Amino acid sequence: MSELQELYQSLILDHNRSPRNFGTLEGADRHAEGYNPLCGDQVALDLKLDGDRIADIKFSGNGCAISKASASLMTTAVKGKTLAEAEVLFTGFHGMVTGSAPPADPKATLGKLAIFAGVAEFPVRVKCATLAWHALHDAMK
Amino acid sequence: MTSVAPAALDLEGIRAQFPILTRRVSGVPLAYLDNGATAQVPQVVLDRMTAHYAAEHANVHRGVHTLSHEATVAYDGARAVAARFLNAPRPADVVFAHGTTSGLNLLARAWGDANVKAGDEIVLTTLEHHSNIVPWVRLAERTGAVIKVATLLPDGSLDLPAFERLLSSKTKVVAAAHASNVLGTVLPIRRMTELAHAVGAILVVDGAQAAPHTAVDVQALDCDFYVASGHKLYGPNGIGLLYGKTALLAAMPPYEGGGGMIERVEFERITYATPPARFEAGTPPVAEAIGLAAALEWLMTLDRGAVEAHEQDLLAHATERLEAIPGVRVHGTAQGKVSVLSFTVEGIHPHDVGTVLDRQGVAVRAGHHCAQPLMRHLGVPATTRASFGVFNTRAEAERLAEGVLAARKVFA
Repeated sequence: MSELQELYQSLILDHNRSPRNFGTLEGADRHAEGYNPLCGDQVALDLKLDGDRIADIKFSGNGCAISKASASLMTTAVKGKTLAEAEVLFTGFHGMVTGSAPPADPKATLGKLAIFAGVAEFPVRVKCATLAWHALHDAMK
Repeated sequence: MTSVAPAALDLEGIRAQFPILTRRVSGVPLAYLDNGATAQVPQVVLDRMTAHYAAEHANVHRGVHTLSHEATVAYDGARAVAARFLNAPRPADVVFAHGTTSGLNLLARAWGDANVKAGDEIVLTTLEHHSNIVPWVRLAERTGAVIKVATLLPDGSLDLPAFERLLSSKTKVVAAAHASNVLGTVLPIRRMTELAHAVGAILVVDGAQAAPHTAVDVQALDCDFYVASGHKLYGPNGIGLLYGKTALLAAMPPYEGGGGMIERVEFERITYATPPARFEAGTPPVAEAIGLAAALEWLMTLDRGAVEAHEQDLLAHATERLEAIPGVRVHGTAQGKVSVLSFTVEGIHPHDVGTVLDRQGVAVRAGHHCAQPLMRHLGVPATTRASFGVFNTRAEAERLAEGVLAARKVFA
């Protein structure tokens, strides 16, 4: 069960149970949706921008614990960041969970998001963790 | 799905024939409960395919040499076995398709385009797999026909009176699963055939989930077409069965064009081969057909009634154990269902249940099971599904229940 505990850490379970920034934003500047046709998980993102800064962000949809917690933690991580800073987080997060470019010190570069490092051990769950991030990537284009 | 008194089944002997069952996953012996997606393959099938590739591999129906002749004999022999498996009147009534999906697409294209016009109606049911929805919806889009959907009762069985009310002289085709890949519900195909025929419609049966669990008799069902997949019948991938009534196949135009399906080709005019060759354009999956025949023969050497009783015992046991777990809901409780068990656990997404089970070596399917309309009907985004086959054991059903309890602990 150790890998399972690594995957389902208490912070992830907490964000799954009580997702932060859950809902929709009236008058959002950007909107994007992510959908995983293989499993039916879906996420919708609303962003309010202040110049190139993400002033507010909310997500809605439904999915597994990993996808919900990932979306929730993502919103807390990128709120207040510039689009360029959020893009850096996207790249680092993606490299970490896919195992394609694991950051040398995930905690230093990704902060709380480093908790998803365990996902790399569960290849079939990578898409769950990246669903909201790909939607954010689309929303920032 | 008749009730049969449990007869002796040499379960250990059966398990010993499946090499994959010696595998360990996550450090423990594999408990493979995903037979509804793909069943595992007994050694006899692997041996037969290896023998084909090692000793008789050649193209069929066109060579004058010895290997081609031997391959042709084996391929035609495979068709005869398939016909016996389905109790089709003649081997020529069975077309080798690439699977259930390809068989249903063939029908929607070849039969559908020739017989369905604007304003005609196509009747499906709520519990259909996407492969028995998408080809018909596309047919409706091409022709201007209308899709009608027969609904379910709360236990997941078909609302037969409502189905009957949907039928009219406008109905051209009813396409329905013999058994649901999510609920396990067995549809009353024989009765549906009578009702369809009474209004002049044909009945197409998606047999992917029923054929592995119960002896199929297409003549008793009186259905017009019956389609099934090799890889769910303990056979290889890339091969499937399409049975059709002789006269319907004879009247049906080709689907794909190419070698093997013609009689005479001129640039101005082409005449086509008689069925089944007309529907098997190009080099067929010869080794797969031979492998499938080995799987079907293997299945037919077993007492199918005893297999069914064994699977029903596993289903009943697992259902009882799961229903005793707080927060677990079983979807599909119709009488006489096949050994497919979908469930949801309150507060835990099916993927998470699936991951926790996988880490205990228990392989299940989690998701919408290519049945999104049914998921909407059930009001869930997804379910976890265990599907039992001939080689599964009560101990594995037990491990399923223990795994669900473990998932509840992780998410407590």
